[in-house]
Amino acid sequence: MSLTLDQVRKVAILARLELPEDDLVRMQSQLSAILDYVAQLDELNTDGVEPMAHPLPIQNVFRPDVPVPSLSPNEALQNAPKREKGKDYFSVPAVFDSDEPVSH
Amino acid sequence: MIEMTASELLALQAAGKATAVEIAEAFLAATQAREPKLKAFVSLDEAAIRDQAAAIDAKRAAGKPLGKLAGVPVAIKDVLCTKGVTTTCSSKMLKNFVPPYDAHVVERLRAEDAILFGKTNMDEFAMGSSTENSAFQTTRNPWDTERIPGGSSGGSAACVAGCQAPLSLGTDTGGSIRQPAALCGIVGIKPTYGRVSRYGLIAFASSLDQVGPFAHDITDSALLLEAISGHDKRDSTCVNQPVPEYRKTLNDPVKGLRIGVPREFFEKGLDSEVESAVRTALKEYEKQGATLVDVSLPHSKYALAAYYIVAPAEASSNLARFDGMHYGHRTAQKTDLISTYAKSRGEAFGKEVQRRIMIGTYVLSSGYKDAYYVKALKVRRLVKKDFDDVLATCDVVMGPTTPTAAFKAGEKSDDPLAMYLSDVYTVSCNLAGIPGLSMPCGFTKTGLPIGLQLLGKPFDEEKLLRIARMYETATDWHTRRPKV
Repeated sequence: MSLTLDQVRKVAILARLELPEDDLVRMQSQLSAILDYVAQLDELNTDGVEPMAHPLPIQNVFRPDVPVPSLSPNEALQNAPKREKGKDYFSVPAVFDSDEPVSH
Repeated sequence: MIEMTASELLALQAAGKATAVEIAEAFLAATQAREPKLKAFVSLDEAAIRDQAAAIDAKRAAGKPLGKLAGVPVAIKDVLCTKGVTTTCSSKMLKNFVPPYDAHVVERLRAEDAILFGKTNMDEFAMGSSTENSAFQTTRNPWDTERIPGGSSGGSAACVAGCQAPLSLGTDTGGSIRQPAALCGIVGIKPTYGRVSRYGLIAFASSLDQVGPFAHDITDSALLLEAISGHDKRDSTCVNQPVPEYRKTLNDPVKGLRIGVPREFFEKGLDSEVESAVRTALKEYEKQGATLVDVSLPHSKYALAAYYIVAPAEASSNLARFDGMHYGHRTAQKTDLISTYAKSRGEAFGKEVQRRIMIGTYVLSSGYKDAYYVKALKVRRLVKKDFDDVLATCDVVMGPTTPTAAFKAGEKSDDPLAMYLSDVYTVSCNLAGIPGLSMPCGFTKTGLPIGLQLLGKPFDEEKLLRIARMYETATDWHTRRPKV
């Protein structure tokens, strides 16, 4: 198979996806099959061809650097998984933490 | 009334023969009656629909000017943000997400006095070709409820084909409007990339996604396309070009029409009944004076592979925002920050979404990016060049929209790669950014719809619609309705 189980685990870590072991095993064969399929692009000589990330030739669409109305803090917080009453911020697990799991 | 087109419903109201409330009630009744079989909707607020309809009638009675969609129910794929109304992308991740704003296209519907008629089911985060990847329910094809309606805009296609609403909005990243339109026997359009604002469209692949209309016929699709197209400062990838009045020129046939017929669209894998219906449609164009030109899109076979590198790569980036912090599902398990991300995403994303995030992460990762992602972007340029070359001497490219008619539910859901192959005729259009349209062109012996695909030059929707209308005036596929 194109991918080892260890590679699948590493990709899952990069993707921030925690998956049970049997899902990882199934992923290994499915992802390998997909990667085998897309590898046919190697048949093509693309020397001198510029990559095209975007179908339209537009770039750097700017607006004046002037503040305009936006969402109020309350609107922005409406879907917060956790918010302390009366506070204008999202409650999240500690970013710089000790070794112990932090309650949240 | 439920079998009428939007244009007919507008005329009825103008003539005083029906009110917006009567129209809304008719479609609400049809939706209730057919939903147990079709399961096209994730949510539908009957009270809000009735209120909207009453407001339109009051506006008309007061002699106020009305929008071009006044009183017409329009269902909306649940990937488009609707202020105050849950928008789920048919995912556990966003099951309770209530956007604080409307998508640009939703604002446009409101501005034209449309009746916003429910949020429709889809493949989760627009990833899929059958709507079986919805975390909530599988939508069924109104022509045969053992079969899928296509995807990812399956709910939007099924509700129009099944006469639960006369119009709907879908989105198309690799064929997700055109393929369900073909499988459900209706018209679906993917506009040129940049024609319609993506503001408020929950992103799957930002360089491929476009919002577009589903309708029973070309006139209705032109109407809805007019309503949603146009510049929006909030989407820096949309183009500031005037929107033609598509309906005005619809009935002008294109004289000296040259139709490019790519040999790669008629190779092994194409079902013989689909091929037969499409070739008969091409003969009809010849009868009307068109010239069929044998052409080649030599990089066609690589387009699918390029798509399944580029789209997952963009998806892995776009879906990184779903980390359980600001909205969406957060794991109930108490743990550190990174683990909270990983558990939240592992718990709330379905298998296909996880697969595509994994592929995308891999092809963008250090050591693999050049071999996969950059390579795919080079192939993308070659795919676009194929179309540029053919469309320099032809007005349009035509072929089948899908290799087969609708398949049975469960038939391909165990094999991701088999599912991907049903996109073979549709993905190249998204890679190139050109407009694409599917319209009904017949049925299989067992009564399943077949779609004809038209691919045009960038920002040439006006001509594409005129070309489509030429076929429609000589046929009656667009008047057929399923018995649900």
